[in-house]
Amino acid sequence: MASRRKGLPEMTTTSTAIVIPPISLWRRIVDRAMTGVAVLTVILVLLPLGAIFAYLIYKGIGSINLAFLTQTPKPVGEPGGGMANAILGSATILAIASLMGVPLGIGAGIYLAEYGRNRYGDIVRFVSDVLNGVPSIVIGIVAYAIVVLRQKHFSALAGGVALAIMMVPTIARTTEQMLLLVPQAIREAAYGLGVSRWRTTLSITLRTATSGVITGVMLAFARVAGETAPLLFTAFGNQFWNWKLDQPTAALSLQIYTYALSPFDDWHRQAWAGSLVLIVLIVGAVSAVRIAVRRGTLAGA
Amino acid sequence: MSNQALPRPRFNAPEPERASKATLKIESRTAPLLQGKVSEIPDAVFGWAMRLCGIAVVALLGLIVYELMVGSQLSWHAFGWKFFGGQDWNPVEEQFGALPFIYGTLVSSLLSLVIAVPLSVGVSVFITEMCPVALRGPLSFTTELLAAIPSVIYGLWAMFIMVPLLRTYVQPFLAKTLGWTGLFSGPPYGIGMLAAGVILAIMIIPIISSITREVLTVVPQHQREAVLALGATRWEMIRMGVLRNARAGIVGAVILGLGRALGETMAVTMVIGNRAEIAKSLFAPGYTMASVLANEFSEATGDVYLSALIEIGLALFLVTIVVNAMARLLVWSVTRGQPTKGVA
Repeated sequence: MASRRKGLPEMTTTSTAIVIPPISLWRRIVDRAMTGVAVLTVILVLLPLGAIFAYLIYKGIGSINLAFLTQTPKPVGEPGGGMANAILGSATILAIASLMGVPLGIGAGIYLAEYGRNRYGDIVRFVSDVLNGVPSIVIGIVAYAIVVLRQKHFSALAGGVALAIMMVPTIARTTEQMLLLVPQAIREAAYGLGVSRWRTTLSITLRTATSGVITGVMLAFARVAGETAPLLFTAFGNQFWNWKLDQPTAALSLQIYTYALSPFDDWHRQAWAGSLVLIVLIVGAVSAVRIAVRRGTLAGA
Repeated sequence: MSNQALPRPRFNAPEPERASKATLKIESRTAPLLQGKVSEIPDAVFGWAMRLCGIAVVALLGLIVYELMVGSQLSWHAFGWKFFGGQDWNPVEEQFGALPFIYGTLVSSLLSLVIAVPLSVGVSVFITEMCPVALRGPLSFTTELLAAIPSVIYGLWAMFIMVPLLRTYVQPFLAKTLGWTGLFSGPPYGIGMLAAGVILAIMIIPIISSITREVLTVVPQHQREAVLALGATRWEMIRMGVLRNARAGIVGAVILGLGRALGETMAVTMVIGNRAEIAKSLFAPGYTMASVLANEFSEATGDVYLSALIEIGLALFLVTIVVNAMARLLVWSVTRGQPTKGVA
């Protein structure tokens, strides 16, 4: 009641309550309709997601067997065989990419957070955002020009270089964000004890932000793990086991692509199985590291 | 351990004028971290190593530009600007014109925006303004899950599930109702420009909606309260108080989605039909810049052919750079340079 508030003039108590006109029917209908539209959009967006996962599981699970996980592809037209060499190849390429991309990305992130609070840092920040948007196939061309043309053949190394280039900007930006979350007071405490700057950054700041930084690395990893376009003309694919880093190497995503475009039903079946394995590997890797970060030995300060 | 149990650190505070970092000595009983002289050299080395990493990021971009420029020299000298206007793509006679690919890329991306923008704005509005708090986390997580699915799996799903659906239900319906526009005519193959646009839309919804959501959460709460206090309904509050304030950011999010759509390769290659033609109907097969690279790059024989493909790559790169830079500036102008989630 307005009259109960102190300091209001007397007259408000005597005058009748202000009549607020009821919201017109039309406005109420529009309000409800728009709420309905919003709910509808949510359903429309979730529908394909549900459909994709449902089909992946439905088509994939029946096709995964021991042979699929342990054998190499059979010659064209023969049923059976598997994608074991592709799984190994994907692991090799991703390991190479991580070895190159992760240190560089974290380094760039440290630069941005600790040394780059200025104009030069802004340039690096902007460039890494732009780099993030470069189409993956263009990065494939660059890796082709740098590695494949020099080596004169397709290789796991070239695929790794392409994926590493894609990892750097994501890792740099998330590392920066996570380091900035560490309170300035903790750094100052270390400086106050006479700890040098590099030691503070590595043992105090980075250590405090460990879990966040690892999450960022996993994000980048998950993003490149399913990439196909930059591998088409760098890793190229291979139907057999390959242990050499400078030879054409199979990758799970490449194999899915080739099999999906083939005219054989058995290969289509294997493409679904491969997709399911790929998704499980990505989700598995990401959640395993997350759990380890949260309650394992990796848990930060 | 309580504070009492710790040995009290005793510092022999040096005179201010003698207190340089290099001469500061610390008692030997303190933690090993603090023992010994503090040297300037490791600090400088570490600082420059980190700066080098920062420079490397810029150098990477430089390297990409350099390699694309060098690689496309041959084709640039042979065709010049005609390359972008020519409709003829004939590797046998070494005649290369990129217009059909540019057309395909633009049309499929714009089509995907037409589908994706209303949906993603609707989802973001629902998540930030309407839905119960308990549902907010799971919903945003689920929409972001869409972004984690690899492109090739989208392609696989589109080829075997979505395309047959389009062919049997959607395309006949569109032809019957909107056929007079000329956009939906011709035989319903299923694969073609329309399929590419739909799958691209599904793929860019997560990115547009997550950034739109961020932009909407930055809109100050008192804007909403002010509009509500004037007697607005919830929808009017969203329209006048929220969407109007977040305009620039939403446009940025849309352009960012466009950047992603322009460069998307695998899923599009699998459903667009891969025919270098310019057709008015969205049912007709097309070809995009990214998919011609995916299909022909590793099989390109002849230097001019390869160079022409690299020039397409260069054009694609430049377009996405411009589009992304524009989008970043727009999003930054709203969120004030905070990269995500409004932290820092």
